[in-house]
Amino acid sequence: MIVAVASGKGGTGKTMVAASLAKVWDGPVQAVDMDVEEPNLHLFLKPELTGRETARLPVPLADQAKCTACRACAEICQFKAIAVLAGYVMTFPEMCHGCGGCTAVCPEGAITEDYRELGQVLWGRADGISFLMGRLRVGEAMSPPLMRAVWLKVDRSGDVIVDAPPGVSCPAIAAVRPADVILLVSEPTPFGFHDLKLAREAFEPLEKPMGVIVNRAGLGDEALYQYCREVELPILLEIPFDRRIAEAYSQGRVIAEARPEYRQGFLDLAGRIRDLAAAPLLEARHA
Amino acid sequence: MDKIAVSSQGRGLDDQVDPRFGRAAYFIVVDPETMSFEVLDNGNSRAMAQGAGIQAAEIVADSGAKAVLSGFVGPKAFQALSAAGIKIGQGVDGLSVREAVQRYQSGQVDMASRPNKPGHWA
Repeated sequence: MIVAVASGKGGTGKTMVAASLAKVWDGPVQAVDMDVEEPNLHLFLKPELTGRETARLPVPLADQAKCTACRACAEICQFKAIAVLAGYVMTFPEMCHGCGGCTAVCPEGAITEDYRELGQVLWGRADGISFLMGRLRVGEAMSPPLMRAVWLKVDRSGDVIVDAPPGVSCPAIAAVRPADVILLVSEPTPFGFHDLKLAREAFEPLEKPMGVIVNRAGLGDEALYQYCREVELPILLEIPFDRRIAEAYSQGRVIAEARPEYRQGFLDLAGRIRDLAAAPLLEARHA
Repeated sequence: MDKIAVSSQGRGLDDQVDPRFGRAAYFIVVDPETMSFEVLDNGNSRAMAQGAGIQAAEIVADSGAKAVLSGFVGPKAFQALSAAGIKIGQGVDGLSVREAVQRYQSGQVDMASRPNKPGHWA
């Protein structure tokens, strides 16, 4: 089973939940930091890294001498990574999504493949937990291609807990799409509520079981709870707004370990996730 | 005299210069001797998630214009226009297309050697 820990709003506690869940998980588990733009799960799990790979994306290299300025490449490219101006072919490698279309359609064989470095894929172990993460190259604008490289390294022989990036755009989708269950970590504040709605709308079409974790419970108001009841989003865990949690987190400690009184909550959460994954999706939601 | 492409918010010489090159509404391609002009719709570039400046540069290059007048030209559009041998005058926003062309003809537009706007992703 693959569990994605996502959110709309950033800073709601995805990493805190992912780290604690990995620590209390029963059975072989891999913790994966898919927030490749700002990975931080390793700060809590403190893995010993044993391997790394550089991920690259193929980008076009055009040979002006062979080019007849026919524009076949420029027309197939959706991203303007290759253009023909005044008879000259120009490439913008940082815009390229690596589809290989230009190389395939060039009738002159004028395009060969160069590479753009996307970042690093790193892996190792933290106590009994297998650990995997991506780290985007500083200056790289696109994270999904690196995330695909991380996904290729995911060990599906056991369960997988994915710390997803915030938001609801391509990186978040790339982190939750392969998951079996999506956890939405939110907080009962207007921002938390607003972005939870966005996240549900973005992920609903994937037709995966989803559940909510309310962090900083006690803060804010009832709007988020009311919404969850209305749309039948189960609340799997409430984590109180407790200064001691923030203190432990700021010291790089995993809450389920640092605050034993919360360990049972994460054990219960793990059980509810398994139940959620096993239950069929309500047909009515898509009728 | 070479034709000039001016980024414009409207379809005529008295419309305001569109301050943005890549996402300009239109390009008015003017023959500065006769002030006759043609209008190029840049609507497709405007709608692009990325690469608007590059596509706008392609449109301008195809028009045969040898100079561009606009408010701000980003780095990729600048690179593309430069490669096509098109001169670039920036900072003429706040003027009408006609005034921008007149200012260019009187030599009062700095023809930049580098872009005056950082890329969105830089």
